[in-house]
Amino acid sequence: MNTASVSTSSLSVSERVKAVTAALIVGIALVYTTGFAASTNVHNAAHDTRHGLAFPCH
Amino acid sequence: MVTRVLTVSILAGLLAGLIVATLQHLTTTPLILKAETYESALAAPMPAHAAFDGGARIILAHGGHDHAAGAEHDEWKPQDGAQRLLFTSAATIGTAIGFAALLLAGMLAAGDTIDPRTALIWGACGFLAFGLAPGMGLAPELPGAASAALQARQLWWLATAIATAIGLFLFLRYEAPWLKLLAIAVILLPHLVGAPHAPTPESKVPAELAAHFTALSLGIQAALWLVTAFAVGTLWPWMSRRAAAH
Repeated sequence: MNTASVSTSSLSVSERVKAVTAALIVGIALVYTTGFAASTNVHNAAHDTRHGLAFPCH
Repeated sequence: MVTRVLTVSILAGLLAGLIVATLQHLTTTPLILKAETYESALAAPMPAHAAFDGGARIILAHGGHDHAAGAEHDEWKPQDGAQRLLFTSAATIGTAIGFAALLLAGMLAAGDTIDPRTALIWGACGFLAFGLAPGMGLAPELPGAASAALQARQLWWLATAIATAIGLFLFLRYEAPWLKLLAIAVILLPHLVGAPHAPTPESKVPAELAAHFTALSLGIQAALWLVTAFAVGTLWPWMSRRAAAH
């Protein structure tokens, strides 16, 4: 495997599956927390970002 | 490679988030603060009016002025000024890291070469799917605007984002005409179903202000996607070369 190559299709399938899973978990968890979480405190903390980035808010 | 995914997501998100948080501080946040003065002016004289369809919560969640209706509920919120700026910036950086991770997930799953050009195309599609398409049904709105139940809107927003992302992928990746037609149908479907809307408008914020905000917030989201994508496309090859050199 040539890690210097920037093409990601040359990487092993299992490594890609692991990386994609990790990226999906991190991405969904963060976007859910900042954009969607129903907790009042989280909503209030992220309020201006939710409005500013066009997430549905209150 | 998991480490590289996380490092690139965090660095790209931090960089893009800081830039976009600055833009927000200069553009959208002042409009939000202005809208809150209209909102609390509306709430102060007759708090009972706020009892309809979730309107009460709108006021509790903001209460731009300390003694507006709802001051009796001691719920935490960042204090106006530095603290509010800090939390907003942190939330924007968090969102940017999340977008960076989602972009990497997509590009890795598709087996794409990750460079600035490819990443920017993915970023533009990310904006179309997560910004523009949901925004056509649920226009970005200022505090105080009338809207349907939050969960219904969040559900429509998510369904639209996912449908648009799938539709764009099908359209751009496959040659078969029936798949391209299917892609268009999938992209249009959420708009044919229609976004949930409030029965009557009730915002007292001037329409000019709201329109300006809507345009700005879509532009800012486009900037967030593109800067994040460019940073991902630049940092990934750099990290890969470093990993190879060791």
